Order: sequence, then C-alpha cells, then structure tokens
Amino acid sequence: MSVLEKEGARPTFWRRAWTFLLELWDVLTRPSSVFGLGVLVLAGFAAGVIFWGAFNTALELTNTEKFCTSCHEMHDNVFQELRSTIHFTNRSGVRATCPDCHVPHNWTDKIARKMQASKEVWGHLFGFIDTREKFVDKRLELALHEWARFKANDSLECRNCHSAQSMDITKQSPRAAVAHERFLFSSEKTCIDCHKGVAHRLPDMRGVPGWQ
Amino acid sequence: MIRQARIVLLVAAIAAGTGTLAAQTLTSGLRGATPLNDEGPASPMTPTRNTSEREMRNYPEQPPVIPHSIDGYQIDLNSNKCLTCHARARTGESQAPMVSITHFMDRDGQFLASISPRRFFCTECHVPQNVTNPPVSNDFVDVDTMLSRAAPGGRR
Repeated sequence: MSVLEKEGARPTFWRRAWTFLLELWDVLTRPSSVFGLGVLVLAGFAAGVIFWGAFNTALELTNTEKFCTSCHEMHDNVFQELRSTIHFTNRSGVRATCPDCHVPHNWTDKIARKMQASKEVWGHLFGFIDTREKFVDKRLELALHEWARFKANDSLECRNCHSAQSMDITKQSPRAAVAHERFLFSSEKTCIDCHKGVAHRLPDMRGVPGWQ
Repeated sequence: MIRQARIVLLVAAIAAGTGTLAAQTLTSGLRGATPLNDEGPASPMTPTRNTSEREMRNYPEQPPVIPHSIDGYQIDLNSNKCLTCHARARTGESQAPMVSITHFMDRDGQFLASISPRRFFCTECHVPQNVTNPPVSNDFVDVDTMLSRAAPGGRR
C-alpha cells in the first residue's frame, strides 16, 4: 500500500470519483453473489418506505403556516390581514391555515402547485415584493393568479371544507340562502365569483368583472 | 345690613346646592351606575338584524338602514363590496335595490355615469341595525301620524 502511494502522484479528486462511479456501476449491473433475491427485494422495499416517508414529511413541512409565514413577505402582509377575518378567528375556533386554501389537497395537484411555487422562492430570493410598496403594486397580479386558479378548479380548496351537499341553507340568512340556491346549486357560479376578499384585503378592483 | 343678609343667603344657597349635588349619584340610562371618572363594564355585543327585509324610513329623507350583516365588507380606495350588489349593473343578478340616483350627482348637480366620489363610502350614512332594547327611550312621531292627529282623516 505504502509502496503504491509512493510510486506516483495521487490521482486528482475527479479522477478518483470517476473511477469510483465506474466501479459502482459495475457492481450495480452484476447479479449479487452474496445476498439472496428475497433479502434484496425486502431491503429495497424497506428503503423505499423510508425514502417515501422522508419525502412526504419534508413536503408536509413546507405545507404549514409556520413555514409560509417564515418569509416576511407573507408574515407582514397577507398573514396579518388574515388574522381579522372569519377564516382565522370565529365562534367555533375552527380555522383555515395558508395551505388549506392555497395548496391543493390532492397529491398530484399538490406536487404541480409545489413546482409552481419554486417561482415564489425565486421571487423571495430576488426581492420581488420585499417592501410593502412593492407588494401593494404587485397585489392585483398576485390576486388575479389565485382567482384564476380557483376559477379553473371550481373553487376546490373552498369546497374541501364548504361542501354544497352539506350546506343547509335554511340555517343561512335569507340573502345568503337565495344567492346560494340561485347561483351555487345551479352551478352557474363558483365560490370565488362572489367571495373575493374573504381572507385578505382586496387590491385595486377597477377592471375586475363585477367590481367598480 | 340688607346687603350682608343677601351675601349670607347666597352662601347658604350655594352650600345647600353643592350639598345636594355631592349627595346625588350621577347616573344616566346609557352609563348605568358607573361614576363618570370610571370605565364601566362593556355591555355584551348584540347580533346584527339580518332579515334582508326592507325597513320603513322614519322620514322621507332618511338614508335607508342596512337590513343585513356587513361584517368584513371592505369599503376603501381599492374596492367597495356594497357596490358588487347595489351598483346599477349588478342589480339584475343580485336583486338588491339600486343605489339612489341622487348618489350619481356631483356637487355641481351634474349626473355621472356611476357613484359620485363624495357618495362612495356607504357606511357614512347607511348602517346595519342591532337586535337590542334601546337604552334610551324615543318618542319620535312621524309626519303622517302628526298630520292625522291634527285633522283626523283630513288632507295631508
């Protein structure tokens, strides 16, 4: 061993890494001569479970209000506005957190939204809305994105809690009962068409259909 | 002599007056028994009248009261939630009463295409009502009652 080392200069790091990769590939492509097939399958299964659990745990960590409000853009603007609304404080104490409304609950859609959200990380790193003024200027654009998403999925995130089937309109105020019967039950409109601004303050609404 | 007697009488009257004032507990219907320099317990909040049924105006010029809850309705520079139902173009869908035509008029008497900026903030005049017993009584009589009292069955 010591003879080998003294023989010539030590290969560079990249050379050694490449050699290691080649050897690894060699091992991976050859049938195992030590472990039985059953052992390999079971070990692979266990490793898969652990990997999947870790992946989902990490994903769910990014799906909490604590994570969302760890950026000051979210904490100082939209989160403060949420606090005074019925989705944060109400008679029964049931409340919605950020991902309840802003991340689809269905796994495939959730992953798609998470991939989209990488742009929000980019925006945070480069300070797209890092001051109140920048946020207010961009607010309409951001709101339009969310409204378009709700419109496209028929207000799915609202309906995760507010199901039309379970809605007893006899318990609602006459005004709400009439509107829901006429527009919601007939599928003529979806939640977000009328209920804009239920959780955050509204941007400048001039030009938004139905507003002045 | 008379002058001195007057002064004595005046002093006596003032003393009597302050005595009765000090002995009185200052109460009013709204404050309850809480002394003026203390803050009393807050009275419980009462529910908003939410029937959506139009309420009679007490006199023709009265701004109509809002017969429904307006919790969380945003009325500011950015948006006006009321107008999403009460604006002219929205009343077909909402079946809500249209904002009065007088609200389209600017201060020079010119009619605008939509609400005049000086009439934009609805809750300056229109307010929702609470279900509660009035803490002070009111003997207001509307004009129709007054006229028929003067001449029962007569011309108005």
